[in-house]
Amino acid sequence: MSRNGLDSTSLKYRLQILEILRKARRGHIGSALSVLEIIRVLFDNVLKYDPKNPTWEMRDRFILSKGHGCLALYVILAEKGFFPKEELLKFCTPEGILGGHPEHVKIPGVEASTGSLGHGLSIGIGMALAAKMDRKDHRIFILLGDGECNEGSVWEAALSASKHKLNRLTAIVDYNKMQCYSSTSEVLELEPFAEKWRSFGFEVREVDGHNIAALQQAFSEMPFHEKKPNLLICQTIKGRGLPEIENNPAWHHKSLAKDEDLTPLIRYLSTIEDRMILD
Amino acid sequence: MRKTCLDQIYELAKRDSRVVFIGSDIGSGTLEHFKREIPNRFFMEGVSEAHLVSMMAGLAMEGKIPYMNTIATFMTRRPFEQIVLDAGLHKTKVRLIGSGSGAVYGPLGPTHLALDDIAILRVIPGMTIVAPCDADEMKRLMLQTLDYDGPIYIRLAKGGDPIVSRPDFPFKIGQAIVLREGDDVLLVSTGITTQIALETAAILEREKIFSTVIHIHTLKPLDRKRLRTHMEKVHAIVSIEEHFITGGLGSAVAEVLAESDFDAVKRFVRVGFPDEFIHTYGSQSELMKKYGITSQNIANVVAKMLNSKLV
Repeated sequence: MSRNGLDSTSLKYRLQILEILRKARRGHIGSALSVLEIIRVLFDNVLKYDPKNPTWEMRDRFILSKGHGCLALYVILAEKGFFPKEELLKFCTPEGILGGHPEHVKIPGVEASTGSLGHGLSIGIGMALAAKMDRKDHRIFILLGDGECNEGSVWEAALSASKHKLNRLTAIVDYNKMQCYSSTSEVLELEPFAEKWRSFGFEVREVDGHNIAALQQAFSEMPFHEKKPNLLICQTIKGRGLPEIENNPAWHHKSLAKDEDLTPLIRYLSTIEDRMILD
Repeated sequence: MRKTCLDQIYELAKRDSRVVFIGSDIGSGTLEHFKREIPNRFFMEGVSEAHLVSMMAGLAMEGKIPYMNTIATFMTRRPFEQIVLDAGLHKTKVRLIGSGSGAVYGPLGPTHLALDDIAILRVIPGMTIVAPCDADEMKRLMLQTLDYDGPIYIRLAKGGDPIVSRPDFPFKIGQAIVLREGDDVLLVSTGITTQIALETAAILEREKIFSTVIHIHTLKPLDRKRLRTHMEKVHAIVSIEEHFITGGLGSAVAEVLAESDFDAVKRFVRVGFPDEFIHTYGSQSELMKKYGITSQNIANVVAKMLNSKLV
């Protein structure tokens, strides 16, 4: 089963996210749907990890620097067995471990507590330097938002990553060209975006961030360069998969989400057989 | 004091492979021997403090113990959020070393005066803030930073300060040191103002006013118990700091005093820089003199509190 180019797995995760929203009445749904395929491919095909031993020393590190995209991470971590799926329905409640931004101390599989933008790349660089010092061969992946690239600290970090030739470090940018207020071009133009990263010393590739095969192919080609950090620009659509909310700033963060808002969206996706995964 | 601190990082690095040094863009030749002998753990990373604090946290998450040094204002103001989240929230074992704190950079003006660093960091849960009084105490402190959990901020003075700490008084992070005892007034000091507190006590003694001097090398966690014990015995308490009177040692002492519920009334004065931007240029000692952070002025303050006349 597929819809709008999304396969049943991608649809299933989207339904789970809507179910979480229906229960919690809130969440950064637009960003979650934007990064979903990127995180899915990382956990399906790229990262080395052990859900039973989340701090396994040889694991690859993944930091969701744009912490507000966490609903996508949560459904995938649950699917992979880092914590029970029941946790998903306790999102943003005192009884649960999953908050509106991911917390390292609470959630197995979350490397760093994020939510404030512009921290993840630098933390990842510290991790990569430590690995280099210890001659360990695990890799470090950091997923940033395009709006996040407004932060000066991202560019401080970019200089640093290329100075140290961290070719086992990969920064991924979720380039949906929308931020909280409006389009990135209206708020703060990033273009020529790939050129900026190149001039900061990264080896850059661009890919359709919702195309599973294309993402798999891009990750399989890393390192892109022997002496440069990797930068993967993922062309994405905020709110992807739900035409109602795609590129709609009103859905950047939804609070007090009502049934009449959510039911049509769930119905839209629920043509697949294994609907109501969380029931 | 700064030299001792940096030398100690080198010594610690030689015996413990977890130790990493990070500078922003500090004086040429800093820790040259470290760079030469242990190049893979020496980082001079540029004027990018926000990035560097997060990077340190990443190193610490992987088991390293990074020591970072830059000018105190840039160590605390610019990367404040990184310190709160990546050092504080993550409880990472990072060591932030602020050079030229207080009024050391007096000639360079308000952008370089670190009169708010204690206040800025004191609100961060789990942060440890240490201000040794001299180079000897700095050495004793540095030895303890290796196995101490969580983030530490080390407040450095100018260097070449007289040695007033004593090797026979055990040093432990979090434990205030009582340097002398007297029944009339309690002088509470931190960093190099401990030297001023001791001078003040000597002046007062000549007037038959007897002081207890407590050196608060650790501003957080504060040794509230020892403070309370000695507060109880006196009628007058003076805090002395090379910092704004807002949010620093004076505020911390006031909090303990206010919550202690003593039967007897206590008089309390905070000596330090006033709650205003300092626009005067001058040496550290000139600025401290202008704002009354001198032993003679503090002795007068105490005499006034106790209603006796001094010179």
